[in-house]
Amino acid sequence: MLSLARRIADQQGGETAAVVLGHNLGDCAADLARFGADRVYLADDERLAAYATLPYTRVLADLVRAREPRLVLAGYTVMGRDLMPRVAARLGTGLFTDCTGLELDGTEPVFTRPIYAGKAFVRGMAASGPALATIRPNVFPVQPPDDGRTAAVEMVQVDLPPADLRVVVREVMRAVSARPELTEADIIVSGGRGIKGPENFKILEELADCLGAAVGASRAAVDAGWIEQRFQVGQTGKTVSPVLYIACGISGAIQHLAGMGSSKCIVAVNKDPEANIFKVADYGIVGDLFEVVPEMTAVCREMKAQG
Amino acid sequence: MNIAVLLKQTFDTEAKITLAAGGGIESAGVNLIINPYDEFALEEALRLKEKAGGEVTVIGAGGPRVAEALRTALATGADRAVHIEDPALAAADEYAVAEVLAAALRKGSYDLVLAGWRAVDDGSAQVAVRVAELLDLPQVNVVTALTVADGQASATMEIEGGGQRVEVPLPAVVTAQKGLNEPRYPSMKGIMQAKKKPMEHLALSDLGLDAAAVTPKTRPTCHFLPAGRSAGRVIEGETPEAVRELFRALRFEAKVV
Repeated sequence: MLSLARRIADQQGGETAAVVLGHNLGDCAADLARFGADRVYLADDERLAAYATLPYTRVLADLVRAREPRLVLAGYTVMGRDLMPRVAARLGTGLFTDCTGLELDGTEPVFTRPIYAGKAFVRGMAASGPALATIRPNVFPVQPPDDGRTAAVEMVQVDLPPADLRVVVREVMRAVSARPELTEADIIVSGGRGIKGPENFKILEELADCLGAAVGASRAAVDAGWIEQRFQVGQTGKTVSPVLYIACGISGAIQHLAGMGSSKCIVAVNKDPEANIFKVADYGIVGDLFEVVPEMTAVCREMKAQG
Repeated sequence: MNIAVLLKQTFDTEAKITLAAGGGIESAGVNLIINPYDEFALEEALRLKEKAGGEVTVIGAGGPRVAEALRTALATGADRAVHIEDPALAAADEYAVAEVLAAALRKGSYDLVLAGWRAVDDGSAQVAVRVAELLDLPQVNVVTALTVADGQASATMEIEGGGQRVEVPLPAVVTAQKGLNEPRYPSMKGIMQAKKKPMEHLALSDLGLDAAAVTPKTRPTCHFLPAGRSAGRVIEGETPEAVRELFRALRFEAKVV
């Protein structure tokens, strides 16, 4: 995101600032500078240690009002999608969600975002400033860091009325998983109806762990109760755009394709040579996934061993 | 307990998306449904009402066909519907829709506002959160479990890599994620009863708003369809050889592993 902001700022001759909220932030400014920030705002407060909608909205909206940036970017992550609409409403401005493109038309930013889960796209511009957008992870390239850059650091005053602390976190349930988050993973190994049962996701997990991949699923597998809903890829699940998407036993319903069609490379493993998924796959293997996937894991491990 | 459910009518998720001749997305001939995430919100509202009593009001903004979605919600068990329809809303964006929904909510008195966390059409996941801000209510987003007692809601929400349970005083805005419940279907009896249930039709002026108050803050410039993917290569051969060839191609052709 800093790389993206840097590119836009360079095209326009503007300044890029990073805003960091948290507690005991330490020295993050140097890293942010290397990736393109001219200025770093640090909001360091005990009450900002964990993300919470109302305190974060207060700090960010106040800062935007005071500094009047032309463009405000955040990741389309759990936090970004909770925070940014609230900030936009407080500022009385527009927001572009989950952007996959950002260019300038003259000096005005033009945002591209998927609609109908990627079955179509819309381009749009802000009717008034500032322009707010959340950016889809993994889409924009990261520029190599420049060790010669430094940033001015400014501390942000944090004033929170008691009403901002109305929501209280009672319990955090961490899913015990070393695997990457589905929407941010470079590689996803996904299973569908062809998996046949919850116990069989294990063979996908083994391949995923070898590849450093996340595990996903189609609606059929979720609706059958084989895997939790948060793993679902598709129009009523998550929209993903990994570098590599490996679809195992997934037929390729239109609502699933909508959720993963923007993947850079798609591999399909399916018994049915007529399955829809082969129409979008870069590489396909027609065969029994219970045979093919363990073989893939074996080859993957072999490749890893060879480096 | 009085609950409002924000309801959006969307294309069926199986709908094929095409461009209209004059720009924009073609809507002619497309099957319309209640946004699936809003169905989870409605179902949760009905369950809370069955436990604690009170009334469920469904509120939707948009053209004449939105009334069908609201009528379906009444048939499913909601008590009252509010349909906001005005020519000035034809180009409404998230900002504008939130303004009218917030205005409609101010006319009533609700302990809880439920909505889907996003709609399957524009997927912007903004309107419910904006409504919370406009009404100065706390929000709990992307919720998979909800209980309400003693003026407090306890909700489990999705966070990165897991979930967390939060407590929030009512009134509050809660958005529903798939998994919150299993929505019921309207019964024949429900469909008959729905015809007698009240549906209020409101224009902007009924909400104390004018066209200036719903001027969009964003301006779409064009719609387009993604470049179609074409079928690639099916790798033939016995499994061990095919898999080896696949990995060779992934490494040296696609350069992704």
